[in-house]
Amino acid sequence: MSKLKSTLGIVAIAFITLTVMSCKDNSKEQNSTDGDHSQMNHDNSDGHHDGEKKEMAMSGDSNAQAVLNDYFNLKNALVGDDNGKAKELGATLATSLGNFDASQYTDTQQSELKDIVEDAVEHAEHISESDIAHQREHFKVLSKDVIDMVAITGAEMKLYEQFCPMYDGGTAWLSTKEEVRNPYYGSQMLKCGKVQREIN
Amino acid sequence: MKIVKIIAIILLVAFVGIQFIPTTRNQSDTVPSTDFMLVNNVPETIQKKLQVSCYDCHSNNTQYPWYNKIQPVAWFLEDHIKEGKAELNFNEWDSLSSRRKASKLRSIIKQIENGEMPLNSYTLIHNEATFTEAEAEELINFITQLKDSL
Repeated sequence: MSKLKSTLGIVAIAFITLTVMSCKDNSKEQNSTDGDHSQMNHDNSDGHHDGEKKEMAMSGDSNAQAVLNDYFNLKNALVGDDNGKAKELGATLATSLGNFDASQYTDTQQSELKDIVEDAVEHAEHISESDIAHQREHFKVLSKDVIDMVAITGAEMKLYEQFCPMYDGGTAWLSTKEEVRNPYYGSQMLKCGKVQREIN
Repeated sequence: MKIVKIIAIILLVAFVGIQFIPTTRNQSDTVPSTDFMLVNNVPETIQKKLQVSCYDCHSNNTQYPWYNKIQPVAWFLEDHIKEGKAELNFNEWDSLSSRRKASKLRSIIKQIENGEMPLNSYTLIHNEATFTEAEAEELINFITQLKDSL
């Protein structure tokens, strides 16, 4: 009898695990449908961009501007120590990076931009699922990517490259305002840092 | 009592049944020329450690213990390997750009520092994969050097 019980126990555990696994698979599937969704959005916005293309050549890259805007929103969330909001905005940024269309640039620029975007997407995705300390670690590298992107694409507005010597051996970020609001320390050391470069 | 027996039999059949569902096995005989060990001058002790602690989920070749061939364990593992390789595949190291390499090296350092890798679920079974303090330091020093030389 006890033998039967223990066999039963083992089998039950196996079954429960199996059920859990299949649930997991389901949720995965759902995720991939979500992925398709963003793919669709992506296609839509591509069509949308075509119309803007001529205008873009005249006044900077609206594509890059979308990335920049999402980057600044994310930065502000980190300045405000808002983990949850930064998660959301990390995901938003990952999407706008995914929509980035580099076709108006030269081949060398395109491959560089592709590299930058690929790297930045990964960091943005990590930000969308991490605690705030991790988000800030990823934001450091993300900032470098975005700074390198701006070096190629330019920006429509005036930007300030700011620098905090204390965070991780010295770390830069971009801001639209001259006064320093530190995204790596937030309220802990809000004004730590200086403007090290002005862009535009 | 009868019901219990019937359920037991059904579950047993299910358990045996799922063993026949094929899984993809992460195994390869060849090490591509882009492998991390081949393109970097990695000291032997670190090579061994990487092999034991990282390569099971971060390369194209997993050393499977017998119990990992049994369902549903194998599915659980397959998932982990897929995820691990998507994040970082040491076999394809040299196909990454310098920017991507720097990003990956930075993540390796952070995750070893914070004890996030190797995963607890992995070291639970693979005791030898755990990093001692000295081993962690040695690896971090090496990876830092590599990152600075990029």
